[in-house]
Parts: sequence; C-alpha cells; structure tokens
Amino acid sequence: MDAEDYNMPDADIAWCPGCGNFSILKTIKDTLAELGIKPKNLVMVSGIGQAGKLPHYLKCNLFNGLHGRSLPAAVAIKAVNPELTLIDISGDGCMYGEGGNHFIHNIRRNPNITNIIHNNMVYGLTKGQASPTSRNKFKTNLQVDGVFLEPFNPLSLAIALKASFVARAFSGDMEITKEILKKAIEHKGYAVVDIFQPCVTFNKVNTFDWFKNNTYYLEDSYGPYDINKAFKRSMETDKYPLGIFYIDRDRKTFEENLNVYSQDKSPLYKREVNLDKLKTLIDSKRSI
Amino acid sequence: MSSKEDYSIVLCGEAGQGIQTVEAILVQAIKMGGYHVFSSKEYMSRVRGGENSTEIRISSKRVNAYVDRIDILLAISKGAIEHLKHRITPDTLILGDDQQLRSFHEDNIVKIPFLKSAQELGGPIFANVIAAGVLANILNIPSELFDQIIMEMFSRKGDLIVGKDLKAGKKGYQLGEELIKTGNIKVQLDQNLDIKNELLLSGTEAVGLGCLVGNCKFISSYPMTPSTPLQIFMALYGKDFDVIFEQAEDEIAAINMSIGASYAGARSMVATSGSGFALMEEAVGLSGMTETPVVVYVGQRPGPAVGLPTRTAQEDLNLTLYSGPGEFARIIFAPGNFVDAFELAYQAFELADKYQIPVFILSDQFFAECYYNIPDLDLKDKKTEDQIIKTDEDYRRYQLTSDGLSPRGIPGYGAGLVVADSDEHDEEGHITEDLDIRKKMVDKRYNERMDLIKKETIPAELLGSDDYEVLIIGWGSTYGIIKEAMEQLPDNISFLYFKQVYPLHQETLNYLKKAKKTIIFENNASAQFSNLIKMETGFEIDEEVLKYDGMPFTVEEIVENMGGL
Repeated sequence: MDAEDYNMPDADIAWCPGCGNFSILKTIKDTLAELGIKPKNLVMVSGIGQAGKLPHYLKCNLFNGLHGRSLPAAVAIKAVNPELTLIDISGDGCMYGEGGNHFIHNIRRNPNITNIIHNNMVYGLTKGQASPTSRNKFKTNLQVDGVFLEPFNPLSLAIALKASFVARAFSGDMEITKEILKKAIEHKGYAVVDIFQPCVTFNKVNTFDWFKNNTYYLEDSYGPYDINKAFKRSMETDKYPLGIFYIDRDRKTFEENLNVYSQDKSPLYKREVNLDKLKTLIDSKRSI
Repeated sequence: MSSKEDYSIVLCGEAGQGIQTVEAILVQAIKMGGYHVFSSKEYMSRVRGGENSTEIRISSKRVNAYVDRIDILLAISKGAIEHLKHRITPDTLILGDDQQLRSFHEDNIVKIPFLKSAQELGGPIFANVIAAGVLANILNIPSELFDQIIMEMFSRKGDLIVGKDLKAGKKGYQLGEELIKTGNIKVQLDQNLDIKNELLLSGTEAVGLGCLVGNCKFISSYPMTPSTPLQIFMALYGKDFDVIFEQAEDEIAAINMSIGASYAGARSMVATSGSGFALMEEAVGLSGMTETPVVVYVGQRPGPAVGLPTRTAQEDLNLTLYSGPGEFARIIFAPGNFVDAFELAYQAFELADKYQIPVFILSDQFFAECYYNIPDLDLKDKKTEDQIIKTDEDYRRYQLTSDGLSPRGIPGYGAGLVVADSDEHDEEGHITEDLDIRKKMVDKRYNERMDLIKKETIPAELLGSDDYEVLIIGWGSTYGIIKEAMEQLPDNISFLYFKQVYPLHQETLNYLKKAKKTIIFENNASAQFSNLIKMETGFEIDEEVLKYDGMPFTVEEIVENMGGL
C-alpha cells in the first residue's frame, strides 16, 4: 500500500491552514500504508469536533457518530466483526469530556482497537472554550477568569486502569508519531494514543513552539512494562514525556472473551437463526 | 365458597419471605394439572420488607387478565390483610399462620400452623412449601405432580434439601386435607389435560423468543426495572443463538453500541425503561440519521424521573413517538398478548432492517411480568430476510433511489466503503451543507420512508361484533383485561385493540366513525394514545378512562366504567 492510496482528492477539508490535524492525517496515512491495511478492511469511528472529521479525509469505512460516543460504536463494530481493523479518532473534548465514561469503561473492556485522541487543550469547533486538558489560568470566552479546574490526565487514568497500551505523541514529530501509531495498531488490545497538537486559531498559549519546549521523549532505556514506573512518568506535567508509557501484551481482549467466538470465528453478520434450536427452547417451556 | 369457573388466589407477604417460590410452584402445578393459569405480581421497590402480592388465577377457561376479586388469600405476613383490605370481602377466604394472625378474629380467616410445622421440619424456610402444598391440595393438584415439581425446581439444591421440601409439601397436603374436610374449601374445576403440554410463558419471554427468531445478534443494555428480565433472558438464552450481550456503562453507551453493531451487520437491540430510554434519545436520532436499524424495547413504568420503579404504566408512548431530534421514520409496536409479543418482536427486527429505522416495542411492568399458558408459538414462515448487500467499488451508502431506500452495505463485505455520518451527508456519506441534497435526504429518511411503512401497517383488531354501537379502544397490555371484561358486557359493545400504535392503519378512522360512542382506557394521565389518534385521524374519542396509580386496570373496573354508559 502507498500513502496516496488513502487520498480523497475531492474532500473539502474544513480545518484551518496550519492546523496540527493535517500532519496527523498525513501520519495516519503513512502508518496505514506501511502496515498494509486496506481501506475496505479499515473502519474509522469518530464523534464530533475537528478531529472527528478526519475519517472523512481518507479512504476508509467510517462511522462518524455522536459527540463523545465513538467508543461504544467502535467496540461494538469490532465485537461483531473482529476481522475489521478499528481506529477511533477523537479530540480531547469528545473523548475526555463528553465521552469520559466510555473512555473509562472501554479500558476495562480492552477491545482490540486503537484510540487516537487529538489533544490541543482547547475546543476548536465551538470556537475556543476550555477542554478537559486545558491548563490552569487558560482564559477563554467562557472561562473568563481562567481555568481553575485540575487538568484531566488521560495517561495516568489509563495506566491506573491497566489500559494495555498507553502512549503520547506530538503531531509535529511525524516520523516518531508514525512509529508509535504502528505499534499501537499492531498491539492486540485497547491502545490509547494521546497526540499533542497545536490549535493555531483558538489556543495562542499551547503553540507549536510551546509543545516543543514543554515536552521530551522518554529515554531509550525506558521499558514500558512496569506499571508503577509508567504511572509515575505519566504524572509529570512540568515537562510532558512523549513515547510509549505502558504495554501489557497478556491481557485478553474483549472479543477474545466473547462466547460467540469460542467455536466459530466468523463475523456475526454471516450467522443465521437456528430455528431447530429455537423450537427446542420453545418446547422447554412446556414442562417445568 | 361457591363453585365457579375460576378462582383468584392472592399470595401476600414481605419482600424476602419467598412469595416467588410459592408462586413458581403453584403456577407450574396448575398448568401441569390441566388448568388454565394466569399470574401477576405487584411489589415494592425494596429487597426486604414492605408488602408484595401475587395474583394467581386458576380457571377452566383461558385467562390472561388481572382481577380485583380475591377468592383465597394466603397471608404470609402480618401486614398482608391491611395491605389488601380494599380487595378483601366477606367471600374472601384468608389462610394464614396461626401465630402471625392471632390478633385477627374474622369469620373468613382460617389459621394454620405454618411456622410451627416448618420448625418441626427444620426451620421457617419450609413454611412456603407447606403453604404451597396446602393450596395445591385445595386446588385439586395430584400430590405426585406436586412432588415432581418440587424435585425439578429444587434439584440443584441437593438431595437433602429436596427431601425436606418434599416432606414440607406432604405436610402441606395433610394440612390442606384437614381444611377440605371442613367442607367449604375445595376447588373443583373442569380439567383439560391438553393444557399440560401448552407453553407457560411470561410477557418478557414471549418478546425474548421473538427477538431470537428475528435473528437478534447483539444487545447492550443497562439494568432497569422492568426491562431487566428481558436483558436476563437474552443474556441467558442468547448464548445458544450467537448473541452478544454486553452490560453497558450507561444507557447512552448501550444504544450507541447497538447502533455500531448494526452498522457492522449484526441485528441489534437495547432493552430499557423510561428514564433509561430518555438517556438514549439522542442516539435514536443517530439511528434515524445514519439509517442504521435498531430495535428498542421499552418496559414502561410510572415516571417522571425514577417514579415508581416496580409499578406499571403506559406513559412513554409520547417519549418514544417524539424521541430524538429532527425528523425521521419510525415504527412503534405495543403487543397486548403473548402471541403478538412474539410476532411483533420478530417483525420489529425484520422491519428495522427492511426500512433501516428504529423500531420500538412498548411493554410495561404488568405485561412483562405476568405469566399464562398459551397453546403454541408459530415458527412457520419465520424467515429472516437478509437486507444487506455485497458492495461494489462504486458503492454509495446513501444513494438516492426511485424506491426511497438506499441499498445497505456493511464494512468488510464487498469491495466498497461504507461511510455513515451523523452530520447531514451526501450520497456517499460525507458531510455536506448542500441544501438541495439536505432536502432530498429528509424526503428519503422521513416522507418517502413513512409512505412505505404505512403500506404495511398492522391494522387494529376488532373483538366483538362488527355491528357495534359502542367502541372500546385500548392498546398494548390492557388487551387481556378489556377482552375478559367484554364477556360481561352487552353485545353492542366491541373492542378495538391496537398492537401497532404508530403509524396508524388507514382503516382506523372508519372503525371509530362507525361507533355511536367511543371510550378509551389508558394507563396514563394525559390520554397519550387518544391524543395520537386525534392528531393522526382528526377523530376525538368521547370518553377517556385513565388510570395512573401504578396498577393495571382490573376486569371489574372496565365493566364498572362501561356500566355508566
């Protein structure tokens, strides 16, 4: 596969020029091409926000659902057809705000899907309000005195709940982000990848340069298999570490736990009703 | 007690005292004994204490209605008599424990040493089986059949317990024999051994079997009375039918999961109740907008908000009718008997897939939790029509076609890409603000789709003579109650039963216009279905009888209300 194979030449892209989403889109195409994932076997699921539009801009099956509700749809699509590759694309508002409860519980489910969260610390589509990840004192048209809520820390939360793959990337570093995404997609289980991304229109504080100056990569010697170490590193917020924080390869996935695949691996759309069995069930109601 | 065709037996006690055990034994014993049976529960939303009751009817004719009358009351708790005082008459025979009822001295109370006998057998937990034995003997159930039921029902508890329960049953039969010897307490009904082989079901099970026939493959839900029993049914029996059951973190997740599963080709549903369904509303619009089928089972209970969790109501017709923002097609069923529950649940999946819409099944606590026997459920012609196409490279999910339906593909089946979007979208499925396309899409999702749906709307069913002067109107769970009341009403009164409440069949107005007088019975305070009829047909029903105290109508109430006409 070639990255161009995913191009949508006629797409009318609604992002601002210079938006970090462009480099994320390019990186995702490169990643998919290198992994050889065919558009027809790929389902991208998204909610609402600027990130949620991304699946419209590359060739794939897509389910662009409700705000905050991409994960429930994604986990179910994977559950009824495990042959599909599922990528959930969300923003910090969609996933950590509106969809926070689903974020928590899908970590517990551990479906074999990749969850990419564009994190620009601001609401773009609604024009500039605080997001759950906005930092203290960030002033907006609604947080007129500045944000005073503790910023949401998605990585610490995910690690605390034993998410099986937890990483953070920066949209500006496309090569490294691609390598992280490749590992995330290949990981068997729920892979959370939070991607820092500048919003050129509504976030004049957390700019490209700010992210450059306030992040660093986990050292090469860092091993992502110790959950306590991973948690500790995820709590660093003076300078944010980037890279893969935690991997657990041994957790069974949601689909692997489902009884419907214990004998038969075929997707559920191929299965019909067994009317003989049903007759037996109905007849069982004739006696005690 | 006078001899008659059917008896109403009520068991009343506190939560945790084991009324369900007595009910389960007796309902089986009556049916296996060759009699028609019906049971219905009313209970408080608590795990211990309070006063709960179950009505069990034994009859020589088919019964599926709730009655006010109590012929025999088994008062398991001290508070039972107070709890049911408005239903107890001098004709009610009250059986109770001699210790518990020692302060009562009415002539119609028979005191039986239940607890003392239970203690002799090893503890108070045997009192229920003893009571069941007393009643079974009074009801003329052979003791061998009673023993067989005890053995089947308690086998998982081990031989020791089964042995003690059998002894408890025997003790009950012995105490019952002593009562019968007094001469005024034996129930003798015409037996029909064909009934032995009939199905004994609850309303929930009838719906659940229909869902399985409809090829439901995915259900995600959040537990909520009175929809939980259907969730349990699907989780338990679904295992043998390739059904995934997932308990979602909330109702919002539940329906978004079901819609996701449906997008990927699995027939899907949710089961919920009033407040839980209110949380799902946004996603009903998602089903409408993305043209993704989903079946929504709503077990109604009195609201608003938490309301009366364990009681019954028909209050959520409007909620389902108007659920979701925007405009799109939908179908609402409200089965009133078990055969219809089975057929309509099956149809719900067929039609949801055929028209790519949400289809609702309205049930309620009374209907979901009542039991009775029916001859059979028909599996003939229960084919599931596969509506999913194999896509080609040029596939467009929302293609505008002459028949108003876009062929539905699913991801991974065929060469095409399936693009589904909650934004307004073009034929391919991508976001658009082209207002001409917008209008065409609304026409497709709403106007054209409703036209198609209306062509196969299920007509209301007329019970009684075609040549009526007075017409009773009912929908959903009031069916059995009104039907039984009809037996006591003059021939010029007929009953029009609606099992599909939206959209309405075009014959509806003709039925209504033909009557000199119309009267509707509904379990709500605002006459929701009466208003829907008026809105859809312009016809104003003359009289509305509305009950919204959380209890179903009784046969007596219907008859009484019709007497005033």
